[in-house]
Amino acid sequence: MYNFIGSAGDVLEDDPVGRLKVFVYELPSKYNKKILQKDPRCLAHMFAAEIFMHRFLLSSAVRTLNPEEADWFYTPVYTTCDLTPNGLPLPFKSPRMMRSAIQLISSNWPYWNRTEGADHFFVVPHDFGACFHYQGSITIPPYAPPQKMHTHLIPDKTPRSIFVYFRGLFYDVGNDPEGGYYARGARAAVWENFKNNPLFDISTEHPTTYYEDMQRAVFCLCPLGWAPWSPRLVEAVVFGCIPVIIADDIVLPFADAIPWEEIGVFVDEQDVPKLDTILTSIPPEVILRKQRLLANPSMKQAMLFPQPAQAGDAFHQVLNGLARKLPHERSVFLKPGEKSLNWTAGPVGDLKPW
Amino acid sequence: MKLSTLQQSYINRRTNSFRGSTQLDSSTDGTVKSPATIFWLVLHGVCCLISLVLGFRFSRLVFFFLFSTSTNNIYTVPFNSDAGITIPVTTQLNHVNSMNRTAVVAASRVVVGRHGIRIRPWPHPDPVEVMKAHGIIERVQREQKALFGVKNPKTVIAVTPTYVRTFQALHLTGVMHSLMLVPYDLIWIVVEAGGVTNETASLIAKSGLRTIHVGFHQRMPNSWDARHKVESLMRLHALRIVRKERLDGVVMFADDSNMHNMELFDEIQNVKWIGAVSVGILLHSVDAAEVSSMVQKEGEEDIMPMPVQGPACNGTDKLVGWHTFNSLRYSGRSAVYIDDRAPVLPRKLEWSGFVLNSRLLWKDVDDKPEWIKDLDALDGDGEEIENPLSLLKSTNVVEPLGSCGRHVLLWWLRVEARTDSKFPARWIIDPPLDITVPSKHTQWPDAPPELPSNDEKEKVFAGTEELSNKHTTKTKTSRSRRSRSKRKHDTKVIGVQ
Repeated sequence: MYNFIGSAGDVLEDDPVGRLKVFVYELPSKYNKKILQKDPRCLAHMFAAEIFMHRFLLSSAVRTLNPEEADWFYTPVYTTCDLTPNGLPLPFKSPRMMRSAIQLISSNWPYWNRTEGADHFFVVPHDFGACFHYQGSITIPPYAPPQKMHTHLIPDKTPRSIFVYFRGLFYDVGNDPEGGYYARGARAAVWENFKNNPLFDISTEHPTTYYEDMQRAVFCLCPLGWAPWSPRLVEAVVFGCIPVIIADDIVLPFADAIPWEEIGVFVDEQDVPKLDTILTSIPPEVILRKQRLLANPSMKQAMLFPQPAQAGDAFHQVLNGLARKLPHERSVFLKPGEKSLNWTAGPVGDLKPW
Repeated sequence: MKLSTLQQSYINRRTNSFRGSTQLDSSTDGTVKSPATIFWLVLHGVCCLISLVLGFRFSRLVFFFLFSTSTNNIYTVPFNSDAGITIPVTTQLNHVNSMNRTAVVAASRVVVGRHGIRIRPWPHPDPVEVMKAHGIIERVQREQKALFGVKNPKTVIAVTPTYVRTFQALHLTGVMHSLMLVPYDLIWIVVEAGGVTNETASLIAKSGLRTIHVGFHQRMPNSWDARHKVESLMRLHALRIVRKERLDGVVMFADDSNMHNMELFDEIQNVKWIGAVSVGILLHSVDAAEVSSMVQKEGEEDIMPMPVQGPACNGTDKLVGWHTFNSLRYSGRSAVYIDDRAPVLPRKLEWSGFVLNSRLLWKDVDDKPEWIKDLDALDGDGEEIENPLSLLKSTNVVEPLGSCGRHVLLWWLRVEARTDSKFPARWIIDPPLDITVPSKHTQWPDAPPELPSNDEKEKVFAGTEELSNKHTTKTKTSRSRRSRSKRKHDTKVIGVQ
């Protein structure tokens, strides 16, 4: 019923079982369990993916207990479970945690040194991870609670009457009161240009009908904040609202499986003042096509981390992505003595044992 | 005072915001503070004092100018956390970044640091674009309807009894606009008491709908009881037209003073043979105090909710009975005549709460269900038809609509103008009424008779002219006074809309 151009859509429905094997390292609990015990809020914030991924892999069919036959190695480190009293994450300990974990596995198991870590993967769901653009990086979506979203679904025939919808901060008064730093000025530009425009339903309120409102909107703005991504992207895809992505440097999740160009609208940050012109000049057929693609249930499923895991969800998309990267090139397996990455570089503080 | 707020905001920012990694490391590790940190703290304190004196975030600016290195890697946004200390960038990210960027990501166009907020010179909506946006929304909604709405929608046949009176234009325009918004094919059958008039015809011609305008040989009586009976007869007359013309669709009764929810028309598409919806009863009560005193007499402590008539269902959504209107509460206090200052009560179940498949009315149709009586059987029966349930042999075949009566999809109201109502400008009735009586009951002094009196026309309530009661002597408004002096010739139809 939905015609997907290219192989993108079919790839979403692949089953990774049988195509790869993953070995999960047993790290001391100070890297994962103890952290979670200290702050159970980590399970609900947007970086919770790393925790859920660990749990999923432990019980998944792709897991192998024999490291010799593993294609990929997973190191369970909960690097972002460090929240402020308000629940905002502090990613600043992550480099040290990561380094310390790498030192541990490279000294206790031979598999890291064999390939200089090229067949190892980590789940690092924030900017730091995007920086880790070494050979094996797969961008995953931020965590958005699937059950909560499903309880707020409204009937499909409710007419979409909001043109553009956005709820969130435009200025970060606590950290950047003068503006210009937060979101590189893009969110502030959205507010200043369109606060008087009736087509734009934008404000900083936190309505209880946030999810329902998204289902009544044609376009949902997903501008960058302090980081380029946000759970809004996931929410927009799940609720069928066309995401308007305003982030020049964003790397979108599962970019090789989901045709983001075809389902979303990309706007340069410098074009924000012309946002209304851009959006109203999109031909209606294109808009209808984007909505049809968004309505594909496998697309929505691929963005979610349901508990327990279901077929086609984000866990499986990660594994599919890993499977697509197989087989490893021969050059990955280094001869002894060769070093291609220097994991010890960085400020001295980061090398302190954690 | 100021010091404390500054300290407070300083403390807040320390705990809430992103903190510099160097600060964090030193605090969590508990190692001895290095000279660098001590130096920063001292400088920080000095800057705080300077800020106190100068009154703005001087320190922050100074440090920004001194220390902002113009790096152009990503993620090196300086976090201005504590007042005055600019964290010199999360440099470890830099290093990892530059090394590992072997072959993967293309060069980023992003520049760090402070960006200006781009505002265009005229940040207001452009009307052409607004219209385009509405066009887009309309197209999207049409698609939604096509995908998720009713497939094969049926024609809606609306039956409206009406007659010429003061508030006719008010009520009829309301119904007309509702019907014009219905997204399905519509046939509007307007039955007019007292015969077809030009006034009504011109009113409904504005709708652009397919209308069938017929007259009914009786005039509207003045008492509400009699009026309800005549209305029922008028509706049956309309049903006979449906039968004669073999109109196909869903018949609903749109009384001209009712208010309809647009979802009603979507809901009635689901009817198979005969359905019932919930009707909210709006009792027009003249006197709020009167109503509240009635409430207190009844001994209820809560505010009287709106009475609702309609189907009653059990837990499995099957029809088990009817919520009807309980008129005992109003016994003795309801309006008898049009003009009474008392609430007008509906019947137990109003016609407007029912919808029928038009095929139920057709003659010689094979697949008609056996529980429907023929319309001809009612002719000349003298039997009073209060609602369409009388057309059925058994009432348990009625389908409850609107999630089993839980949604109120229309509201019933009867309100008519009274003797001391004021007429709006240019409200004229055509053809001129038979009885016109000059009234002398206003508080304004009579104007000197500058015009010949045989050209004068007065307005009198329609429907009261056949009576002998006190109402005929009244009706004078300031408007007709003015019109008396202005108009020199016969009345014309002047639209009221």
